[in-house]
Amino acid sequence: MSHFDEASAAVQAALEAGARYADCRVMVRRGESMSARDGDIEDVGSGESAGLGVRALVGSSWGFYAVPDLSDGAARAAGRRAAQIAAASATVPGPPVDLVPAAAVEASWANACEIDPLEVSLSAKGDLLVGATTAAKQAGADLAEAAYQVWDTRKWFVSSEGHRIDQHTRECGAGVWASAFGDGEIQRRSWPSYGGQYGTSGWELVESLDLIGNAPRMAEEARALLSAPLCPSGETTLVLGGEQLALQIHESVGHAIELDRILGWEAAFAGTSWLDLSQLGSLRYGSELMNITIDPGRPGALGSFGFDDEGTPATKRDAVRDGIWVGVLAGRDSAAVAGLDYAGSVRSDGWARLPMVRMTNVGLEPGPHTLDEIIANTDDGVFMDVNRSWSIDDRRLNFQFGCEIGYEIKNGKLGRMLRNPTYTGIGPKFWQSMDMLSAETVAWGTPNCGKGQPGQVGHTGHPAAPARFTNVRVGVRG
Amino acid sequence: MSIDIIRTGAELELAARVVELVRQVAGPGAEAEVMVRHDAEALTRFANSMIHQNVADAATNVRLRLHLDGRTAAGATTLVDTDGLRGLVERTVAAARLSPPDATWPGLTSPTPLHRSSGHHGSGERSGLDFGFDEATARADPAERAGRVRDFVRAAGGLETAGYCRTTYSSAAFANSAGQSVEGRTAEAAMDGIARAGGADGVARLASGRLGDLDGAVLGARAAAKARAGLDPVELPPGHYEVVLEPEAVADLLDNFSMFGFNGKAYAQKQSFAELEAEQFDPSVTLIDEPLGSRAEHAPGLPFDDEGTPRESLVLVRDGVTKAVAHDRSSAAEAGTTSTGHASPASRTWGPYPSHVRMEAAPAATEPADPASPVAESAQPLIARMRRGLLITDLWYTRVLDPKTLVITGLTRNGVWLVEDGEVTGAVSNMRFTQSYPQALANGQVLGIGSESILLPDRWSGTRYAAPALHLASWNLTGNASG
Repeated sequence: MSHFDEASAAVQAALEAGARYADCRVMVRRGESMSARDGDIEDVGSGESAGLGVRALVGSSWGFYAVPDLSDGAARAAGRRAAQIAAASATVPGPPVDLVPAAAVEASWANACEIDPLEVSLSAKGDLLVGATTAAKQAGADLAEAAYQVWDTRKWFVSSEGHRIDQHTRECGAGVWASAFGDGEIQRRSWPSYGGQYGTSGWELVESLDLIGNAPRMAEEARALLSAPLCPSGETTLVLGGEQLALQIHESVGHAIELDRILGWEAAFAGTSWLDLSQLGSLRYGSELMNITIDPGRPGALGSFGFDDEGTPATKRDAVRDGIWVGVLAGRDSAAVAGLDYAGSVRSDGWARLPMVRMTNVGLEPGPHTLDEIIANTDDGVFMDVNRSWSIDDRRLNFQFGCEIGYEIKNGKLGRMLRNPTYTGIGPKFWQSMDMLSAETVAWGTPNCGKGQPGQVGHTGHPAAPARFTNVRVGVRG
Repeated sequence: MSIDIIRTGAELELAARVVELVRQVAGPGAEAEVMVRHDAEALTRFANSMIHQNVADAATNVRLRLHLDGRTAAGATTLVDTDGLRGLVERTVAAARLSPPDATWPGLTSPTPLHRSSGHHGSGERSGLDFGFDEATARADPAERAGRVRDFVRAAGGLETAGYCRTTYSSAAFANSAGQSVEGRTAEAAMDGIARAGGADGVARLASGRLGDLDGAVLGARAAAKARAGLDPVELPPGHYEVVLEPEAVADLLDNFSMFGFNGKAYAQKQSFAELEAEQFDPSVTLIDEPLGSRAEHAPGLPFDDEGTPRESLVLVRDGVTKAVAHDRSSAAEAGTTSTGHASPASRTWGPYPSHVRMEAAPAATEPADPASPVAESAQPLIARMRRGLLITDLWYTRVLDPKTLVITGLTRNGVWLVEDGEVTGAVSNMRFTQSYPQALANGQVLGIGSESILLPDRWSGTRYAAPALHLASWNLTGNASG
């Protein structure tokens, strides 16, 4: 069933109410989730949400209004109200708003999906989570948890410039977590990552994770961590696993290259960026091994789509090339303000939220080595992997990350397991110290990226491989 | 332009219809609970001293949880016509039948009347508790929000500004197959903005049940004063510093205590520091969760939770002794106690947590405060007593390093100053800290508490906190933000 007619009615009503540009997204989303604890199902939930959101530009001011009603009358009323809200914005006006040019697109897109996640039986899914938590419990976990999530989203986008695009996106993912309780502390191991692994993919992704097979090892490692020595404090060579490096990219590159932050539009909440547009094309962000791409067309990654929420086709572009900052994540209005000629990174997390600049798949291109080679070439250092905590300042410079597990590296070999490993640094200094990079890339999915007011939860993907960094401060303690 | 959102009774009728549909589809043996919420939110956002986002939405969400033949499932929809509701029921019944057995189902809330509170303004006509609800806030239009933004921008006197003005309205009802049937409504307004001067940011933030309480000019002037006082900051070496935290920073402490410490599930699973009846805080510390408001304050929340349990004040810490944690029916059953009315759609997985915590203020200050100072009024007497330490306005991006000890790392934001011999002597650059929150408020560590608890909106959700300024003996600053 198409909803182009309702979207068109909303756009037309906004234009008749005075808008010089308008667009509308109709979204129908179904979701499903389940969690298990210690061999029992803890929660089973499903949801369905449908509505439309209209964006109207009146003069130099935006307005946005959203309703859960897909009738023609409701759509027209929403279009008019969006225009009225835009007019109210004009009481505190800014400079003229332009949009970078975009060709009208009529298209359909859907991601590859071998096994529809919503067609897999709940009992089979339950067996998977019960099996994984039982296996972890039997292997010594004090607390064993597992969960999956599924999102099935259909969108119909119409703009006053002639866009008519429909998309069908299926996303899912899962994880298992084992905790061990010690004297006054808790250690946790996660498979395959801190929050689970997610992708724009069918249920085949979850099957590939082998939650049950990996759960016992997580429990054993969590127990072992309780008696492992603390990560030493000081400066050392740091080797990061791919999962942790994915979050490092997300926090210290992905958010920093968001153009709305660079322009100050997020100054009061998410923050700004240390990057200055006058240095685009010349600023050294990292070592020559650092090549960061923005690639919403990457199959299977969680930040993938055919067209963003302004109708811009998915296009791969460079953000950092040979260590030099060369690109940003942009929308049509922010790009115009900055004098750039591209957009393509605007999304919202639902019909009721304003589309804004969001990460897509922001990833690090692979290097020439393997993780084994990196360790073999390290005389003295620490290996850390799987995120445990993350914190970074509002300009995206000063970060401190904690990982679930660490190992000392001595004379080219992994040594003792290390407890509570943390590292801290400043973004560009850290990236400039990257001197070895692996080819073993995985596109890690982050389904919990928070930004915007009212708050929105973004889905992003981060291709990353293990890498080595020199002179990094580790072992920060409270 | 007003928004046609003020309704009474519609949600309760919807909830009752869904309970009846469950009976038809699944039979009388099904245990069903239905929460219907109509939420309307409008937010006017400004940056670079102009309105750049101005949004509004309204939606009704129906959430059904049912327990059938020993199995449990939940479903939700925004489709509230006959087909949508029937689809929700049929889908959830089918999911329950296919789900694995649920050995921990805690059962339904039995019929229980709502608690009355002098601060509560949120209930509908049928509850008899409809006092104090601010229709003007619920009906606020974009021009009223824009007006406050304009006042904030003007009061900043040419400094660059950014922030938001928000109004929200919720009308909700709960019904279950055990006969519990309650309804209520609530409205809230909040304003949060910064002013920027030469790289220094100053903040002003306030929540209220009445939009009329928010004065953009007052907030803009306060933010600007802070920004101007933050110019030319110096870097200080890391170390343990005596600090005065302003209410904005204290709200972060309350938030992390709530989410991780007073979380009933974390407590039941031994992941929380909380030990009931233990002297875990300084005797000057009292923390109370107040979802029904207090004194003359409008209630910030609904008078019942997502399991239909009536809400009331919950004393978490009294005179330094931990007295309670928040529970929904599941965590309460696990801990061998009763629900405190803190169920949410996510509480069975994330855990129930207090979301309207007040830290009790100290008796009124004896010395008059300087209203023109960039320092929060209630913090001024605390600073006057500090020989050498830091005044910290706001904390940012705080994350838990260890849930049991509640060691947290994060950064300062929106203003740090060095205080020497009771006087602010200069601005300090932002710093990173790594600090156990319970340890910071432990016996002997709290040197003073401000005389007023300020209502502050949460950055992310609809929760809010009432926080005074706080004078602490030690705060572990582990590095400068610059490296």
